Amino acid sequence: MHITDILVTGEPIIYGAMVSMALGGLAILFVLTYFKKWKWLWREWLTSVDHKKIGVMYILSALLMLFRGGVDAMMMRVQLAFPDLGFLNSQHYNEIFTTHGTIMIIFMAMPFLIGLMNIIVPLQIGARDFAFPYLNALSFWSFFFGMALFNISFVIGGSPDAGWTSYTPLSGAAMSPGPGQNFYLMGLQLSGIGTLATGINLMVTILKMRAPGMKLFHMPIFTWSTLVTCFIIVFAFPILTVALALLTIDRIFGAQFFTLTGEGLPMMWANLFWMWGHPEVYIVILPAFGIFSEVIATFAKKRLFGYNVMVWSMIVIALLSFLVWVHHFFTMGAGAFVNSVFSVSTMLIAVPTGVKIFNWLATLYKSKIEFTVPMLWSLAFIPSFILGGVTGVMLGMAAADYQFHNSYFLIAHFHYVLIAGTVFACFAGLVFWYPKMFGHKMNERLGRWAFWLFFFGFHVCFFPQYFLGLDGMPRRLFITNVAEWLPLNVISTVGAVGMALGFVVFVYNVYYSFRYSERETTGDSWNGNGRTLEWATTTPVPYYNFATVPYVDEIDPYVRMKEEGKTTFEEDEVKPIHMPSYTGQPFIFMALLGLASFGLIFEWMYLAVFGLIGGVVMMIRRSFDYDDGYYVSVEEIKETEKKARGL
Amino acid sequence: MKAKHLRNRWLGLLPLSLIFFLSGCGQLEMTVLNPKGPVAQSQYDLIVYSLWFMLGIIVVVFALFTYMIIKYRENRPGRKESDYDPNLHGNTTIEIIWTIIPVIIVILLSIPTVTTLFDLEKPPVPAAGEEEKEPLVVYATTADWKWFFSYPEQDIETVNYLHIPADRPIEFRLSSADSMSALWIPALGGQKYNMAGMMTTLYLEADEEGVYDGRNSNFNGEGFAAQTFKVYAESEEEFNAWAEEISNEAPELTAERYDELLAPGLTDVQSYSNTHLDYVKHHTREGMGYVVEKYREQFKEKLHLYEIEEQESFQ
Repeated sequence: MHITDILVTGEPIIYGAMVSMALGGLAILFVLTYFKKWKWLWREWLTSVDHKKIGVMYILSALLMLFRGGVDAMMMRVQLAFPDLGFLNSQHYNEIFTTHGTIMIIFMAMPFLIGLMNIIVPLQIGARDFAFPYLNALSFWSFFFGMALFNISFVIGGSPDAGWTSYTPLSGAAMSPGPGQNFYLMGLQLSGIGTLATGINLMVTILKMRAPGMKLFHMPIFTWSTLVTCFIIVFAFPILTVALALLTIDRIFGAQFFTLTGEGLPMMWANLFWMWGHPEVYIVILPAFGIFSEVIATFAKKRLFGYNVMVWSMIVIALLSFLVWVHHFFTMGAGAFVNSVFSVSTMLIAVPTGVKIFNWLATLYKSKIEFTVPMLWSLAFIPSFILGGVTGVMLGMAAADYQFHNSYFLIAHFHYVLIAGTVFACFAGLVFWYPKMFGHKMNERLGRWAFWLFFFGFHVCFFPQYFLGLDGMPRRLFITNVAEWLPLNVISTVGAVGMALGFVVFVYNVYYSFRYSERETTGDSWNGNGRTLEWATTTPVPYYNFATVPYVDEIDPYVRMKEEGKTTFEEDEVKPIHMPSYTGQPFIFMALLGLASFGLIFEWMYLAVFGLIGGVVMMIRRSFDYDDGYYVSVEEIKETEKKARGL
Repeated sequence: MKAKHLRNRWLGLLPLSLIFFLSGCGQLEMTVLNPKGPVAQSQYDLIVYSLWFMLGIIVVVFALFTYMIIKYRENRPGRKESDYDPNLHGNTTIEIIWTIIPVIIVILLSIPTVTTLFDLEKPPVPAAGEEEKEPLVVYATTADWKWFFSYPEQDIETVNYLHIPADRPIEFRLSSADSMSALWIPALGGQKYNMAGMMTTLYLEADEEGVYDGRNSNFNGEGFAAQTFKVYAESEEEFNAWAEEISNEAPELTAERYDELLAPGLTDVQSYSNTHLDYVKHHTREGMGYVVEKYREQFKEKLHLYEIEEQESFQ
């Protein structure tokens, strides 16, 4: 086999990407070697089982993927605003919208939120780590290698090009031969292991490792949203796993589950995909709701309005999320009765969601709003998300959906909910908890610039798309070939540039704040307005999180702790703390599975079998692993705490 | 400084309202909001009906939101002590109210949705005073990336263009020879999928003569952008004359010719004096794999349809 059979050739843009990736890779290798950081990288990060470090790695990966998905988006916007430029051809455009969608959902939104959960949830419930720290590292590395696999597709083997929904029969072996679709299948499959494991892990952590006295209905709302999300993950992800496995067997081993030949059922894919896909939407929106609730309550300096209702509405949304999947293909001709049932169940989701919106507004009533950057993102969410929400109800009306389906109206709708919901929440959460993670805040002035650029860019980009849809412009069209559609597409592209600038300012702010921001001296970073336990421990957070875990019997326990002068360091109560040991096994295990997946993608069976055997060996190795971790001594804890608290 | 920042927020809304304004001007020309037949009309009515509710919701939430962030900002001059109540955390009455109102809205939206859904499964009812006409049956079959319209009644077939009589319901019988696609003529009504091995029925009708745009709206690969067709809605007499002409003058569609047409790729507009329905039935279990088996090798090649860029791009 010749190298040019594997590498993608003939596209100047891809050559450019190859060169810049090679240069970037060399630069990283050089820096690591020059500063002798290899050992540090392995000891402190690659082998870490500390939930905080794993969370940071998740968020860094997600930001990288936001960049990659964003570049994809910008290329599409350039192509649509300047159709005569001949910038992208049909095939290239198809690959780009496929990777854009897949990356933004699977490799950006979910890991970003899981990263925040990783860092914050144990801190909010007074836990010292996850229930299964080894498994947590395994989750991250499965996601990481899945992401790496998916991302190398555009230089090696060719990107998938059947849309992020990968509908059969188009995505089957007959109509999409070659490794492209396999990259999609194996990338998602490998990272899906991690998501499912995280779901179980966080669920057990939240259910079993809460601070003494903390009942479920004392938990911070972000932890609640995480718990509900975990249930959705645990019930939804197995469906994706099975669907991906069936399609993989179809494509690689010639089975006929979703094929046109041999009595296959291509439409079964659409059903399975959306049985996972719709709950997936709520996997990325419920934690966002949790983040907004925390931020709004903190900067309104007020208790969250209707805590119980907020929790129950999330539970209702989670249940309904499994009962609406058909609304993604009302036009499949299932008949008026089926469509009526799913229409009504879809619209019903608007009720608990609407209730949540009113609860946030009521939280602002009689409050003292402080317009910090995380609060700006959270407040901007409310009106923006409403625009996405009401159009969602319109799409839910099946008879009208026949006109909206597959059009830019739909594109505008889901970008309105996913960006104003999930992406705003990721920014809000990151800025909000940034001091907890890195020991300094992000610069407020630059933060405002990033916010306003992104906010206006977002509306200018996506609002016109509602009208493009109503004028009959279909999604996934690689060229603006109707003159009436051009002006709105140009406006849309201008907006996209605004969003890109916002992102650039945000990333610059990370660097700027690292250099110039004041270092935090207290754990309660936002002017002492913290309400939940994560603010009670010191900043930076010691690796054991809490020297002593307080007794909790109410919502927002830290408010009363501050009133009563209590801390998470009650010197007389300090006991030795049991902590897990770092291990390189998860990294090696998932690297081997990554190798096996790579073998399957190119149908190199020896490599696949080698990787799988390696994976089994790692599992056996783990079974005979008698490392029970270690204890942190009382002296060390006291010394660390005294230093951090300046006692 | 805070006041300045708030003023900036309102200034920033200007470009947004500009888009509103621009879009508003174009509204009269937007296809979906300018229905040309009873099906599109019923969907338009439903959309407009729902828009009133949505506007109502938006106005209420935006008003409440604006009120809250102006009145309760921390350093508003003249804040009173009573403007802050950190322990306010619930009010059963108001929570029940704002749960019930959305429920009522959902019910009000569900009723016309469901009735319209059931109506769309039947041919459109003629306007008062007009006689009911038997629907014209048209088999609309897609193959990558073209449209076949077969008229069994007239025994003719067209490729990539469609003639229909105005004021008479059309019963489209949709199917696909390979990938899933969807028939969408936004001026006449919403879409439905074409799927291999299945047949879906879609009723549409034009009540105004004219030329409309139709397309495949469901992404199905490289030639997707070019899978469009023109719809010529004309009077019953004109339609019959056209069908007569095709029947007499167009060439015969032989099985070999049809097979050639099925190969993945693009073709121009064509007419034939018989239909393909005698050769292969793509909507049956037996016929669903026909194209894939026949053209397995062609599907492996990337077509790089550069010609569609030149053909489709407007200068």
